[in-house]
Amino acid sequence: MSFVTIFYGISFYVATLILFIGLGYRIYEYSIIPSPLKIPTPPAPKTKSGVAIRLFREVVFFESLFSATKWTWLFGWLFHFALLLAALRHLRYFTDPVWFWVSWEIVQAAGHYAGYMMVFGLIGLLARRIFVDRVRYISNPSDYLMLILIIAIAVTGLLMKWFHTDIYAVKMFFIGLMYFQWSELPSDFILLLHLSLVLLLMIIFPYSKLLHAPGLFFSPTRNQTDNARDQRHISDWAKKLESKK
Amino acid sequence: MAVKEFEKPILKEYTPIPKLVEEATSHLAPFKSKEEFQKSLGYPGELVENWEEVALDKMGDLLKKYRSLRVYMDSCIQCGACTDKCHYYLGTKDPNNMPVGRQNLMRGVYRKHFTLPGKFFPKLVGAVDLTKEVLDDWYSYYHQCSQCRRCAVFCPIGIDTAEISMAAREIMDSVGVGQKYCNEIIGKANKIGNNLGLPKPALADTLEGLEEDVEEETGIDVKFPLDVKGADVLLITPSADFFAEPHVDGLIGYAKVFHEAGISWTLSSYASEAANFGMFIGSYDNMRKLALRIREAALELGVKRIVFGECGHAWRVAYSFLNTLAGPFDFLDPRYPVPQHICEVTHDLINKNILKFDKSANDGKVITFHDSCNVARASGMGDVMGGQFSLPRDIIKATTNNFYDMDDDTIMEKTFCCGGGGGLLTDDLIELRMKGAQPRMEALKRVVEDHGVTHMAAICAICKSQFSKAFQYYGFELDQIISLHQLVGDALIMTKK
Repeated sequence: MSFVTIFYGISFYVATLILFIGLGYRIYEYSIIPSPLKIPTPPAPKTKSGVAIRLFREVVFFESLFSATKWTWLFGWLFHFALLLAALRHLRYFTDPVWFWVSWEIVQAAGHYAGYMMVFGLIGLLARRIFVDRVRYISNPSDYLMLILIIAIAVTGLLMKWFHTDIYAVKMFFIGLMYFQWSELPSDFILLLHLSLVLLLMIIFPYSKLLHAPGLFFSPTRNQTDNARDQRHISDWAKKLESKK
Repeated sequence: MAVKEFEKPILKEYTPIPKLVEEATSHLAPFKSKEEFQKSLGYPGELVENWEEVALDKMGDLLKKYRSLRVYMDSCIQCGACTDKCHYYLGTKDPNNMPVGRQNLMRGVYRKHFTLPGKFFPKLVGAVDLTKEVLDDWYSYYHQCSQCRRCAVFCPIGIDTAEISMAAREIMDSVGVGQKYCNEIIGKANKIGNNLGLPKPALADTLEGLEEDVEEETGIDVKFPLDVKGADVLLITPSADFFAEPHVDGLIGYAKVFHEAGISWTLSSYASEAANFGMFIGSYDNMRKLALRIREAALELGVKRIVFGECGHAWRVAYSFLNTLAGPFDFLDPRYPVPQHICEVTHDLINKNILKFDKSANDGKVITFHDSCNVARASGMGDVMGGQFSLPRDIIKATTNNFYDMDDDTIMEKTFCCGGGGGLLTDDLIELRMKGAQPRMEALKRVVEDHGVTHMAAICAICKSQFSKAFQYYGFELDQIISLHQLVGDALIMTKK
């Protein structure tokens, strides 16, 4: 085992633990904090299935953002959709045998071109941050760095088109990590850079604004039903006030 | 502290997105509450010695009690979608009046004291300590938010700045820094039953005067009953309806509706206030205490239904919170929602053909409708989605011949706040109120020019008071703002003596 293999192997275990435990813990925290009052924003659905449709539209189409600002919507949606396509393409490195639909040409090609789309969307978002005075005012260094980090991940990923690595060996490395039968990771610079940046992203996820991903599902203005008059909605801590008299 | 002169905004055809001007309204802050009013609400009378510690404890407590606050502190992407959505930003250009700017005043403290990156890399993530300067900024800018939730409609995550400004006000109250206007009024409502401090004899007198006025004008003996046991309907209406213009014409409208429909009703001297300023200061306890008066009055008078008059935030508390705060209302008639809005009552009576109108009575007026934020974005009406938009418009169309909506981006769920909501309807914030009214005034100006609109109807006591001032300030006439139920009352064909 080379040092590189051992270092990255351990790092991926640690980062995966931080990502899943950290994110799981956040979701647990969100789920146990009550929403003592009904605060859905219009158009507020009256039923749970209505809420499901509303959240689906928010997650898939970014509906609220669309009504707010078309440029941010365009760049943001392109980036997120491209991220999904790229992730699907990457499934081939983590499934053995590769799931049949992952190996379809369309999934693989879309995942590849999505890389360019991702960079385009992210540069658009970065440009907004730099050139729109209002967005510049609210931006902290971490907001720029987050965009730069994901741009760098996408660019290093795309660069492997030209700076080839033994992709089969990379796959065997990850399958090995998953089944605890380690195999060597090629030590090509671009690959290692790509993987290092991904590790960083995994580690900061539960501690950063990337929490907007679970956050949306727990956002009371979006996930509550509009039925306050029909059904009494009361939290445990508020109930205690009633027995106090 | 005298209110300083300020530059008068010029109304444009469309509201442009202004270039930001830092610290443009950092000098604005409402008067602070005196010790006696703080204490009567259960808060310290003045800034406590270890205030930073107390404030952070309170913040930690709220983060565990309100999922909204916790999720919204974590989830902001700083994408900027909300930055041009607040009427106070559009009117003042101060970046701390951008919703995210306002949120970040608290988010910085949250990151510093409740997150790891903020502890270890404060500069990187914009984390700050809760210093006296930060507290002063909170006091200033969390009282430049009318909790209208326009930003929450546009946010991709649904982050609601109102939740954050309410929490901030609750934290400030808990360290002894409260706002005079809200806290004095809550004190009065607790003691006497309404925000104006109008005791029962004065209220009875006022109502008697109204009966005489209406009889003189119409020849019909329309009653304004007070504390009548066994009435069907308990009407809870903002106390401004008892005497302020144009509010009182709305009250006359409700009375005519009840009279013509043959519904027995009463006001309560104990719960003679629909407004609930406990919401503005983010205090569940105070909001609940005020709401319980309504429950007690309903039990005491033995009514079957509770109906709310025209008041925006009161309807939010009524529609969205009352069942939670003071329910269950299983002692009332289960055939009616609890509570009902007067617009729901009128709308229903129109549908059943019980009310008939002579629209020509309103022919001198060309009407537009201002969706009040708390009705539009924080409650509903009827049993259809968006009833809070359609019911008032249906009533206007049933009672008038000339109605034009303002621009789509400024009505319904995208409506602009009047500029005086959220506990800011006080003269020490007049600069903020006038600047915040600008986007609404611009939208109004367009329908005035394009369609000859003469009057704007509203269903909120705060909006009506605020517009009375703002209209004069921007060159409209004071009496161009009217109660929706004034249109109803004026056009209603009275068949019963």
